[in-house]
Amino acid sequence: MKRITAAFAGLAMSLSLTACGADSDPLAEAPAAAGTVTVGSANFPESQLLGEIYAQALEAKGVTVTRKFNIGAREVYLKALQDGSISLLPEYNGALLAALSPNGVPAGVSSPDAVLAELKKVLPAGTEVLTQSAAEDKDTLTVSAETAAKHNLKTLDDLKAVAPTLVAGGGPEFSERQQGLKGLKEVYGVEFKEYKSLDPGGPLTVGALKDGTIQVANLFSTDSSIVTNKFVPLEDPKNLFLSENIIPLIRTEANNATVTGALDGVSGKLTTENLTSYLAQVQVDKKDIAVVAKAFLSENGL
Amino acid sequence: MIEYLRNNHVIVWQALQEHLYLALLPVLLGFVIALPLGYLAVRFPRLYHPLTNVYGILYSIPSLALFVFLPVILGTKVLSPINIVVALTIYTVALLARTVADGLRSVDAVVVQAATAMGYRRTRRLISVELPIALPVILAGLRVATVSNISLVSVGSLIGIGGLGQLFTRGFQLFYMEPILIGVILSVLLAAIADLIIVLVQRAITPWTRVA
Amino acid sequence: MNLSYLFDPAHWDLGVTGSIPELILSHLGYVALALLIGAVIALPVGLYIGHTGKGSFIAINAGNAGRSLPTLGLLMLMVTLLGLGLLPVLIALTVLVIPPILTSSYAGMRNLDHRVVDAARGMGMHPWEVLTKVELPMALPVMMSGFRNAALQVVATATVAASVGLGGLGRLLIDGLAVNDYSRVLAGAIVVAVLAVLVDLFLALIQRWIVSPGLKGLS
Repeated sequence: MKRITAAFAGLAMSLSLTACGADSDPLAEAPAAAGTVTVGSANFPESQLLGEIYAQALEAKGVTVTRKFNIGAREVYLKALQDGSISLLPEYNGALLAALSPNGVPAGVSSPDAVLAELKKVLPAGTEVLTQSAAEDKDTLTVSAETAAKHNLKTLDDLKAVAPTLVAGGGPEFSERQQGLKGLKEVYGVEFKEYKSLDPGGPLTVGALKDGTIQVANLFSTDSSIVTNKFVPLEDPKNLFLSENIIPLIRTEANNATVTGALDGVSGKLTTENLTSYLAQVQVDKKDIAVVAKAFLSENGL
Repeated sequence: MIEYLRNNHVIVWQALQEHLYLALLPVLLGFVIALPLGYLAVRFPRLYHPLTNVYGILYSIPSLALFVFLPVILGTKVLSPINIVVALTIYTVALLARTVADGLRSVDAVVVQAATAMGYRRTRRLISVELPIALPVILAGLRVATVSNISLVSVGSLIGIGGLGQLFTRGFQLFYMEPILIGVILSVLLAAIADLIIVLVQRAITPWTRVA
Repeated sequence: MNLSYLFDPAHWDLGVTGSIPELILSHLGYVALALLIGAVIALPVGLYIGHTGKGSFIAINAGNAGRSLPTLGLLMLMVTLLGLGLLPVLIALTVLVIPPILTSSYAGMRNLDHRVVDAARGMGMHPWEVLTKVELPMALPVMMSGFRNAALQVVATATVAASVGLGGLGRLLIDGLAVNDYSRVLAGAIVVAVLAVLVDLFLALIQRWIVSPGLKGLS
C-alpha cells in the first residue's frame, strides 16, 4: 500500500511539473492540475455519451475531470489530443486505425483483435489505448426500406449497378476517407451520382434519407433511427468497414492505475446492445447525456 | 425547458461563464487597441480612408474561418480559447477604431482651438477635451461591438468552443429544441444586460449630454 | 498559407457541384433573397416610423436587439422547428438584415432638413409627392449605407447555411474543417471576403447612380 501511495505521489509530482511547464500563456485556461483528465469527444451524440460515461467513471474514483465535448471530426480532435488540449477520448478501433494508416490498412486485418494489434503499432507518440470493449458501432451505408425493395439491395455489392443513379449523404469527412467513398470505389466499384455533405450520423443525414433528398446514408450501426425508420443497413461482405470496437484513447502522461481501472471497468460492461439502448434514451427520449451516463454506471455497478 | 435547466444547470452555467469571458475580454482588448488606431486616423487624415477600408475587409472575414485559422497563424492549440479571443478582438478593433476616429472628428474645431488658446498641449487636450466630447459616439460603437461579440461567440461551437453556442450544437445534433432555445434566450439576455450597463455608465460619465 | 485549393483550376469548373463558382452562386442566392425579403419588410416600416415619428422606440432599439440574436442559434432552432431546407436559412438571415435596414431608413427620414420638406408642402405638393419626390431621395444616402452594412454582414454570415447541410461558401469552411484541409478553409475565407468587397462596391455604384446629384457631398 505504501509503495503504491509513493508511486502515486511521484506520478502526481511529475504530472504537475509537466503541467506547469507546458503552458505558460496567461490567457490559456488554468494549467491542468495534477491528476486532471480532460475528456474530449467527437461531434455526435454517441461520442459525447461515451465521453460523459468515461468522465463520470473517473470522477467516481476521485479523478478531477474537465470536459471538452463536441470538438469535431476525428481529423480535428486527434490534433487536439496531440497538442494536449485534451487527454482522453472514446475512439473506435477500426476508424482510428484507418485514420492513422496513410498507406491503408494491411489486407486481412478486420477482426477486433487484429485491428487492435495493428492499431498499437501506429499510435501517435505519447498516446496509448486501453482495454477495448465488446461494444461496436460500425460505419454503414443505409437505405430506406423502399429503396432496398425497389433495387433489391442487401449488400454493398448490390449497390454497384444502381449507385450512379443514387445520391448519397453523410458527414463531410466520409467523402474523403478510405473507409468512405474512396474505399467504396476501390473495393466495391461503387460510385454515386452525387455526395451531399451533411452531418456525421446526425439529424440532417437521417432527415435527408427520410425525405428522399438522399437515397443512401452513412449512418452508424447503433443509431436508433435505423430501427425507428425501418432503414436497411447494407451488409459489407468484403469488410471495407473494419471492426469498430469502442476503446479509450489516452495521453500516456494522463494515465495511471486509477484511470486505467475506471476505464477498464466501463469497457468491461459496454456491449453493442446496451450502448444502443442507452443511446436511444438520448436520441429518442431526449434524456440528458449526463443522466443517461449516470444510469449506465449505476445500473452496471460502476 | 425548466426540466432541462434543472438537469443541466451546471453545463448551462459553465457555458454562460465561458460565453461572457469569450465575448467581453475581446471588447476590453479591442477598445485599448482601437483608441490609438482611431487617433492615428484623425491625426494623419490621409490614413483615414485606407484604414477604414482595411477595417471593412477584416469585418467581412467569416468568423468561423478566423476561428479555424488563428491556430495556424499564432501557433496556438486548436481548442484554445485564445483563438476566439483574438478573432473577436480583431472584429472589435475593426469596428471601434473607426468609431473612435469618427468621434474625434466630430469634435467642433472651435472647441479644439479654444482649448489650444487656453494653453492645452496636444496630449492633454486630447485626454481632457477631445476624448470626453467624442465619448458618446465612441460608447455607441462600444455598444455595437459588445452586442455583436456576444452573438458571435456561439459560432465557435462549430469547432468545440463557443460558450452558449455549445447548447445550440448539442440540441441540434439531437433535434431537440430546448437547449437551443435556452441558449438563444440567455445570449440575447446577456447582450441586453451588457448593453444596459454601458448605457448606464455612459449616463454617469457624460452628465453634460443630458443637460441639452 | 497554402493557396493550392483556391488556385486549382479543377475547383473552378462551374458544371461541378461543390465547385467554387457554384458555391458563389448559391451563396449570392441566399444573400440576395435575404436582402430582398428583409428590405420588403423593413423599408416600409422604417419609412413609416421615420415619417410619422410613431414608434421611434422600436426603430432605435431594433438595431441592437437584432444584433444580439445569435444567427447560428436562430438557424438551428428554425431547422429543428421547420425541418431542413432553404426556409430556415432565409429566416435566420432575414432576421439579420432587417435591423440595419429598418434603423437606417428610419434615421434617413428623421434627419431630413425640415425646411426643405416644409418648402415642398408650401409649393402645394401632395403628401405622396412630398414622400416620393423630396423625402425619399433625400433619405437615400443614409438608407443605402444601412443597406450596404446589411449586405456586408449577410455575405459573411451566410456561411452558416453550410452548418445545416446547405450550400454556399460555408461548405468550403465546414468541409475543409471536417477533413482537416486548411487550404480549403483558406480558399473559403478569401472568396467570402473578396465577395463582400465586390458586393459593397457594386452597391456603392448603384448608390452613386440613384442618389440625386444635388445631394452629393451631403452624405
